[in-house]
Amino acid sequence: MRIESRDRLETLRAQARESNASRAQQVLVCCGTGCLAWGSKKVAEAFASEIAKRSIDATVNLFVKTTGCHGFCERGPLVELQPSGILYTKVKPNRVEEIVEKTLIGGEVIKNLLYKEPVSGERIAQYDEIPFYKNQVRVAMRNIGRIDPTNILDAIAEGAYSGLAKALHEMTPDEVLDEVEISGQRGRGGAGFATARKWRSCKSAPGDRRFVLCNGDEGDPGAFKDRSIMEGDPHSVIEGMIIGAYALGAHEGWIYVRDEYPLAVVNLGIAIAEARKYGLLGENIMGSGFDFDIKISRGGGAFVCGESSALMRSLEGKTGEPRAKYVHSTEKGLFDLPTVLNNVETWAGIGAIIDRGGEWFASMGTERSKGTKAFSLVGKVKNTGLIELPMGTTLRHIIYDIGGGILNDRPFKAVQTGGPSGGCVPEELLDLPVDYEELTEAGSMMGSGGMIVMDDRTCMVDVARFFLAFLEEESCGKCTPCREGLHQMVQIYDRLIAGDGVEGDIELIERLAAAMKLGSLCELGKSAPNPVLSTLRYFRAEYEAHIVDKACPAGICRELTAYEIIEDECDGCHACFKACPVDAITGVVKELHVIHHDACISCGACFDVCPTNAIRTFPKVELKKAEVV
Amino acid sequence: MPTLKVNGRRVTVDGDATILDAARAAGVAVPTLCNFDGLEPWGGCRLCVVDMSQANWDDDWFKVVTACNHPVEDGMTVVTDSERIIETRRVILDLLLARCPDAPLVQELAREYGVEETSYTPNPEPDDCILCGLCTRVCDHIGVSAISSANRGWGREIAPPFHQPPPDCIGCLACAEICPTDCITYETSNTRREIWGKEFEMLRDPKTGEAVITKEQADHFAERSGVPITYFETSDASKRRQMASTFQKLQVVK
Repeated sequence: MRIESRDRLETLRAQARESNASRAQQVLVCCGTGCLAWGSKKVAEAFASEIAKRSIDATVNLFVKTTGCHGFCERGPLVELQPSGILYTKVKPNRVEEIVEKTLIGGEVIKNLLYKEPVSGERIAQYDEIPFYKNQVRVAMRNIGRIDPTNILDAIAEGAYSGLAKALHEMTPDEVLDEVEISGQRGRGGAGFATARKWRSCKSAPGDRRFVLCNGDEGDPGAFKDRSIMEGDPHSVIEGMIIGAYALGAHEGWIYVRDEYPLAVVNLGIAIAEARKYGLLGENIMGSGFDFDIKISRGGGAFVCGESSALMRSLEGKTGEPRAKYVHSTEKGLFDLPTVLNNVETWAGIGAIIDRGGEWFASMGTERSKGTKAFSLVGKVKNTGLIELPMGTTLRHIIYDIGGGILNDRPFKAVQTGGPSGGCVPEELLDLPVDYEELTEAGSMMGSGGMIVMDDRTCMVDVARFFLAFLEEESCGKCTPCREGLHQMVQIYDRLIAGDGVEGDIELIERLAAAMKLGSLCELGKSAPNPVLSTLRYFRAEYEAHIVDKACPAGICRELTAYEIIEDECDGCHACFKACPVDAITGVVKELHVIHHDACISCGACFDVCPTNAIRTFPKVELKKAEVV
Repeated sequence: MPTLKVNGRRVTVDGDATILDAARAAGVAVPTLCNFDGLEPWGGCRLCVVDMSQANWDDDWFKVVTACNHPVEDGMTVVTDSERIIETRRVILDLLLARCPDAPLVQELAREYGVEETSYTPNPEPDDCILCGLCTRVCDHIGVSAISSANRGWGREIAPPFHQPPPDCIGCLACAEICPTDCITYETSNTRREIWGKEFEMLRDPKTGEAVITKEQADHFAERSGVPITYFETSDASKRRQMASTFQKLQVVK
């Protein structure tokens, strides 16, 4: 079974392709975490039993395959049919029989399962005609959704390990390094350090034992690209790591993966075992004489272990706390030996770079940020999901053309990029081409590729507080500025959103933020003030309103916001009455409803359900003023 | 041996020296709370931040680093009192004063940087622990690791496992001795000792009867050093007397 040569790999690939092609039709059921949550497992089972039922009839040659995340998580469970290319969305198990009967056997398209384009209302049948997919360019995610991640032959059929074969059999380690350098690829974990430079620095470090690590500890709120890659195409990560190890002369590798990603852990485990079985890991890989193996290490649930030095301490079995990196980990990393640590997406791109050439990769993207980048698009956007695009794509294109615009067509307010260490980018910067430099200049960062879209019903003070509270919880507490600073920052923000802010609070925040940026030990603390500083930079007036006017302009902060029903707009539908959790709304059907301020807890439930937009918010202080009058 | 400039003063130090070593050699005081000469630098308190520029960097390009664990390099320029360094230290001390308002060491240092009262929300249940980690590090250094930091972030604390009397503690009191704010409490007498909720029996000098060491500590030292336990249970005074009598005998021989 071992693949002893490059020819053997290609023979295997041809066989796997043929076997796939021999199937008249394939049903691809997305079994990424998002679709699984929608119930896609039951859908896949229904297809399997339905197809089994009919396979007695020899003329029906159907095959059901569970794949990784297709990315369009909003519309799950997703079912793609091949070779027709039809995509059915929101498929429930009870529709499976109909799909098999009508579409697979009858060749008829079931209209109401197709994706409906929100702007035109048009139903789109073809997977690659849907704007969400049409506008993407996939490199790191090239095989996700197309292959069964638990079947190495399926991955090989789609081209897996051809980059590795080329590297091992056609290139010297230095040529591999050169190719990666030509590609201009930069680290996809967020900081954007050039991959080739990192590798060279490790390679030139003295010592004959070195390590290759993969950072799969993705933990930013709203980010899930690494999870989807590990779940949906673990072989791309493994292939990248073997190529990297070959270039560096390393023989040991670890994938550090969050234990909160159970499917990723399982699929990686299966993929590593299969790769070993086929001689793609272990001794004498593909008959080249090169040895390398990978182990999985599961994280213990600390966000900070995504930081490189903390990750290495954790791998060593010590407390996962960062330490000073004045000596780079490429020289003194894991067990104080030369180590290269790259992000999941970085590794996933390496195989394609070697296979198709550095020039090809560098032909995409911007001057200093080459290639494509995966983003998790979430928040108040119509098409949430996972996307991959060339660097330099504008935020507007991402949010409006791929994301389909803002949910309920409300006005756009800001997009938060880069996770808790990133910042909020306002509307006037929507035409910003997304790359490392542009985002940093705008006060945000690339980070993990999380993009949280916010509408006008978002209070920027509240948003900053959310990220601070997250980081306060996740700070390891080793260094003073981060541990104490985040705690005190949250105290100040609690004051602001409760209407207890005082003059001087903004200055206090700014001074504290500056000291945290300069004084903290690791990037968690150094970048923690980013959400604060970027919201202050673009939305300072909102802070001032909270402090001076005791008002939340977005109508979100509960202590500052009151709700009332606009007389002329209310059609008495009674929806708000039913939604109110504290019975603060009175009124009978088809008559004007009234919110009673003494009982109202300003939760906003009525606002969200009102179909006629008949509920408005106003500052609570006006109530008090009215009382005084 | 690298030569560098600290606040304009030229100083030459060993190649493995840190910026803190160089500053001291140049006679420049840099405040620290978590540094201890016998222990590996940790870089946790962040008070020893300084501005640093390497020889091949642009003249006006300085980076903020901690002096305690940053290696020196030839031609390096270090500034320990720039405006942003003083301000960063001031904020750190202001923050520490909110956590430990009653610790004299913190009060004193804060006052030096012009902070009399904290600008932040004071700790509702203050103690004097500044989380410098010296106690756990010295415990690790001795090879015991009976205590460690527990929890994370603002809720971080120093504690024995599960807040129970630590099974590995040898009662050596190194943690309490090294604590810069004296916030690790213990009791010790001629017969017993108690620290971290764990009780120890004292080994007494066979001749004088005075308490010398806990049995656990004597065992630990004996095991690690190969020296018989009787050596550790002998008090210093006894050892001197023994030595004196030995010398006396030697004189007789002469």
